[in-house]
Amino acid sequence: MTLADMSHRPSLYTLDARTKARNAAEKRFRLYGITAVSLGVLALVVLLTSVLGSGLGAFRQTMFTLPVTLDAAVLDKKGNRNPEEMAKATTITYGKVLTQALAAVVTERGLAPEGMKTKEIGALISKEAPASLRNMVLANPDLLGTTIDFEVLANGRIDGFFKGRVTMESAELDSNVSPAQLQLAQAMKEAGMLRLAFNPAFITNPDASELRPESAGLGVAILGSAYMMVIVLALALPIGVAASIYLEEFAPQNRFTDLIEVNIANLAAVPSIVFGILGLAVFINYAELPQSSPLVGGLVLTLMTLPTIIIATRAALKAVPPSIKDAALGVGASKMQTIFHHVLPLALPGILTGTIIGLAQALGETAPLLLIGMVAFVKDYPAAPPEGFLDPAAALPVQVYNFTQRSDPAFIERASGAIIVLLVFLLTMNILAVLLRRRFERRW
Amino acid sequence: MTLGLLAALVLVLAIGGFFLGRQRALSTAKGDLRKLHSLPGYYGQTVALFTAVPAFAFMVFWLFAQPALIETRVAKLLPGEEHLDLVMSDVRKIAEGLDLLVARGMLSNATVSDMRADLSDVRSRMGDVGIALGSNVKPAVFQAAKRYRALNNMGHTGMTVAVLAAALLGFGFAFMRIRPEFRARNVSESFVKVLLIAASLVAIATTVGIVLSLVFETINFFKIYPAADFFLSLTWNPKFGGGSELGIWPLIWGTLYVSLIALAVAVPIGLFAAIYLAEYASKKLRAIAKPLLEILAGIPTIVYGLFALITVGPMLRDYFAEPMGLGTSSSSVMTAGLVMGIMIIPFVSSLSDDIINAVPQSLRDGSYGLGATQSETVKQVILPAALPGIVGAILLAASRAIGETMIVVLGAGAAAKLSLNPFEAMTTVTVKIVSQLTGDTEFASPETLVAFALGLTLFGFTLILNIVALVIVRKYREQYE
Repeated sequence: MTLADMSHRPSLYTLDARTKARNAAEKRFRLYGITAVSLGVLALVVLLTSVLGSGLGAFRQTMFTLPVTLDAAVLDKKGNRNPEEMAKATTITYGKVLTQALAAVVTERGLAPEGMKTKEIGALISKEAPASLRNMVLANPDLLGTTIDFEVLANGRIDGFFKGRVTMESAELDSNVSPAQLQLAQAMKEAGMLRLAFNPAFITNPDASELRPESAGLGVAILGSAYMMVIVLALALPIGVAASIYLEEFAPQNRFTDLIEVNIANLAAVPSIVFGILGLAVFINYAELPQSSPLVGGLVLTLMTLPTIIIATRAALKAVPPSIKDAALGVGASKMQTIFHHVLPLALPGILTGTIIGLAQALGETAPLLLIGMVAFVKDYPAAPPEGFLDPAAALPVQVYNFTQRSDPAFIERASGAIIVLLVFLLTMNILAVLLRRRFERRW
Repeated sequence: MTLGLLAALVLVLAIGGFFLGRQRALSTAKGDLRKLHSLPGYYGQTVALFTAVPAFAFMVFWLFAQPALIETRVAKLLPGEEHLDLVMSDVRKIAEGLDLLVARGMLSNATVSDMRADLSDVRSRMGDVGIALGSNVKPAVFQAAKRYRALNNMGHTGMTVAVLAAALLGFGFAFMRIRPEFRARNVSESFVKVLLIAASLVAIATTVGIVLSLVFETINFFKIYPAADFFLSLTWNPKFGGGSELGIWPLIWGTLYVSLIALAVAVPIGLFAAIYLAEYASKKLRAIAKPLLEILAGIPTIVYGLFALITVGPMLRDYFAEPMGLGTSSSSVMTAGLVMGIMIIPFVSSLSDDIINAVPQSLRDGSYGLGATQSETVKQVILPAALPGIVGAILLAASRAIGETMIVVLGAGAAAKLSLNPFEAMTTVTVKIVSQLTGDTEFASPETLVAFALGLTLFGFTLILNIVALVIVRKYREQYE
């Protein structure tokens, strides 16, 4: 730019075209940045609202209370109240009892549409209800001959009707539910019989089969995940801390130490599914540990979590100032005493924070568990530990996957509900980690 | 004796050893602590360590060695069997069934040893205890099962005796060494150090385990399926009855396509977010936005998978794919790629943020001094300086994307295709590992074993990416330190 050009400009305060372009570019660049940050945060918000929105329904279930007369003549033919002989009355018998009870109530109140068969009315009841009624009676034979108020869940389709999943039109095409049944359900709701209420069984029940989404729960999965976390904690924490102490405080600077360090950095980035293959090949095929047991899951997750814990522990050990070590060594402590009596206690909050974060990671991991048979359908609660570690169990994230693999859309709601439970656990763990760090972290 | 009981017994011995050792140290010094080389607790500690550690190490070793030894010995009893793996699994099942029968008192050990497969109906008896056998049991197989069971029982008894003996020997050895001049602290500290080294070897053992298990089964796979077909064929079409075509290319294409879309989403967003947070954002905004973005990395992948399945997939299908006539499937490369892109945003942004922050302030000051605007400084000074580090971050993110499983399982579909249409369902290496290993096919078939070859490919791929990324990042850090 020559002086002659400058003379065209009346003042420095009037921007020339080039400056304007540069300023515009600056503004645009800044805008890109803000857009990127907002897009990231927006993605988080959409993700969480979508899952929460579709999952909250799983905690509320359509149910009704039914007065059931437990006729001793039907349920205990011998009449001697012996549970073993009463067990001969199968769930089919109990199903009939429930159906008749519902039909009686419905006809009495005049809710049933004209010409509806008793069997169709009975189909409103969850298929799981007869079994639970039977178990209740077998556990307490004195109930026979009395009339009890039995709380039953409505069939998944009926539940879906009130949650907007099932409509009259879709019921036309559905072999599992008819529009007449939906009308009856609507009438029952208007009469105040049906209600949508909090359903604790979603948390405590075991999984249920394809046809009874209403009674599927997370009990076994939560228990299995808890068992695995116990194993991960019991193995990964001591091994991780021991390895970190060696690498940080004792290891000489040589090739071998370097190899271990590179190894750990690499293990932290190995795809999780590869750990699943390792578990399948070593723990199940070679060591013949039982499939889908929390023990195998826990071992695989331990190996996966170790690098996280080692990296966090080493950082925590490094953060302890050398003056403390020097002081301990100076008054005659051995190196081992210095580390175990002084350095380790001071590094403990950092180690625990890292461990909790590692556990949270392990809790949400799905892929390796799929390969070690955790996808199996498990309906029985595992026994108490230590034997329970070898019983088949599910895990929370795998349960989510299992729910998504079923055809009934009611299971999608339950999958999202399971994710809410999982996220609540993760949130609690992370808050705990943050609190620990806030409470105990020391700046030297 | 069950394993738990044995372990408990060894532990009790060790704890008892601690107190006895301490007591002995005190009594040999006649209560005068000054005569002891170490504090009395260290004498106890040596006894406890010598009792428990060798015994437990022995136990673990035995548990790992026993199955292999027994299997080879039993396999010798079954010469000329074609599918040895299958027969061995029958042998194991029968042995387990016999154990159950004996445990429930339906058979005695004596009748078991007299039992013969050609005389008694083994299959129905196994059915009684819930062990389902595919066919009637051949006498040779039944004999092998009995042998297997006998060896196993022997092994367990042997282990119990050996572990207890190891514990007692260790106890005796350490206990007898206790004298006032015995350097108990040094001994126990060296012992602990050995334990620490052992713990740090677990990481190496894991890697070795991964590599060995992958390589072994991959070799088995290539024995029954030609390697050339695996690496060169363009079709992936596993069949139950045999005659499968297992070419890896459709899977690699799907993996790369999904990862490419994911990176196309994550790199611009992550990079601009990092630049904004590092160079422009106020402290307050940074303190809120950075953790929020990092939450994305803490959310389990199954959550992203479900998000792809119930929200993103149907949305893309209804608003993009169907109106544009590109496809009718809700699971597609685009679905999985977009969601995976969201997942790896924090991997790009956090690492890039660190790297941009590591660029020395003097470079910025120099650029501003020459009259550059902030964005010009970023584009022409900071980014070129930080480029190697950012490339490293992107490579790490790419390795995440390639190894990611749940999002593609739920979002990308299962059809192996070589297609360019991003709204079509395709499949990836990880999806096929899951589907081949969770199916019902027998383990020794090429359809199952191919999963290990896929796993090895995946492992090798991500390993190279990780190493390159780590080297780049490390080099870069050194440059400015």
